[in-house]
Amino acid sequence: MVLKGVNLNVNKGEILVLIGMSGYGKSVLLKHIARLFKPDRGRVLIDGKDIGPLNSRELSAVRSRLGFLFQGGALFESMSVFDNVAFPLKEKLGLKKDEIKERVLKELDNVGLSGAEDKYPTQISGGMQKRAALARVLVWQPEIILFDEPTTGLDPIIGHAILQLIEELHQRRKFTSIIVTHELHRVFKIANRAAMLHEGVIKALGAPDEILASENPVVRQFISGDTEGPIAYR
Amino acid sequence: MNFIRNLGAATLKYIYGMGLMAIFLAKTLMCTITPPFKVLNFIKQIRFIGAQSVFLIAFIGAFTGMVLALQGYYNLNRLGSVAFLGPLVALSIIKELGPVLAAIMVTARAGSAITAEIGIMRITNQIDALEMMGLNPLRYLVVPALVAAVISMPLLTAIFDFVGILGGYLVAVKMLGMEAGTYLGEIPNYLDMTDIYEGIYKSISFGVIVSWVSCYKGYYTGTSGFGAEGVSKATTQSVVLSSAMIVIWDYFMTALLF
Repeated sequence: MVLKGVNLNVNKGEILVLIGMSGYGKSVLLKHIARLFKPDRGRVLIDGKDIGPLNSRELSAVRSRLGFLFQGGALFESMSVFDNVAFPLKEKLGLKKDEIKERVLKELDNVGLSGAEDKYPTQISGGMQKRAALARVLVWQPEIILFDEPTTGLDPIIGHAILQLIEELHQRRKFTSIIVTHELHRVFKIANRAAMLHEGVIKALGAPDEILASENPVVRQFISGDTEGPIAYR
Repeated sequence: MNFIRNLGAATLKYIYGMGLMAIFLAKTLMCTITPPFKVLNFIKQIRFIGAQSVFLIAFIGAFTGMVLALQGYYNLNRLGSVAFLGPLVALSIIKELGPVLAAIMVTARAGSAITAEIGIMRITNQIDALEMMGLNPLRYLVVPALVAAVISMPLLTAIFDFVGILGGYLVAVKMLGMEAGTYLGEIPNYLDMTDIYEGIYKSISFGVIVSWVSCYKGYYTGTSGFGAEGVSKATTQSVVLSSAMIVIWDYFMTALLF
């Protein structure tokens, strides 16, 4: 059991950064929030409503408000970038072809992928895949977006560009988001609050500056990256 | 004490797995009869499971009929009843070998590929992405394969049967010098519609087994291992389990229904 009593509130419209050691359940927590995993105990509330007991129809309605940017992008490999982004509009919203085309091209332009719409995921770089996946999440304008390590595996410039993009889009659309990341300093710049998950519980929660200045030895060690301290890494 | 505990845990795990498989099939059947129907995905699966298997099925069918005729001829010759070679080949193929071998060939060719494809979609979060869009992955990945397999399997079996009997004819008549009228003429005397129905019913049920097992194993990739290794294990388990279930179900269908 990797989560042992997480207590975390996320305010509407904020960006909350979730940090913590690898393998300590950050992605698992995101998947619980999205109800991709069902908790053994406890509840996940969205707007005060427990999503645990929802049936598939009710869950589908909740998920229409949620977006999830997976670590690897999770693009459909048998589809072009255009078809990937168009997929939720066609299948979920049932929009007409012209409207789909307009929205997809606009979203691809937003993420800087104009001209790549006919390419397949395997024909584009990791950064472009992340941006295409981001376009697929944003295209149906969710109110809540969960980002699972959006910059992992990307070079610093592309990683920075993706964070800038998230910040710009957040300012325009005001979605609520949780970003799981290891890149504290860059992501903290765009965050309203940060939380550290350690040994299954939230060890620290506050404004990014408060977390950076925390006296908690676990938080201190994680931020400084010291091998000596209360966090056993072996 | 540890032995009993481990035995109990293994039994519970096995029963849980069977329950999960049954629920998976029930959910799939529910999606099969309720809209929206994913026609394009269904057409792709018909092409993959059905059309693209025709050559392999015909090839295996021809050699099955040929070897049956060869073996049958020498054995019946010893008993002085070569005249029954046609019915022997036809009945063996139509009632048993056609449905079973066609299903095992489809398992090897299409079932394994379906497991690998769905398994890769699972480990790369593509199935989770579908769920996050509020869409039911079973409708997109499993229902089209199930319907396509149920439609394709009897047709592929019919091709297997036809080519198999033709292969037997070539060996019996062209190679061993048997009279064409004797080989073909005796078949209608011993073959009736119930035999043909038996083959059709079996092939339909095998279509369900192949698509069910291959989709289930792909869908739950990760329970037997992770990453590429998990997909590899799931694919192996899919082919082994499908093949075993085909043979076991074949026995029970024959024993109980015919």
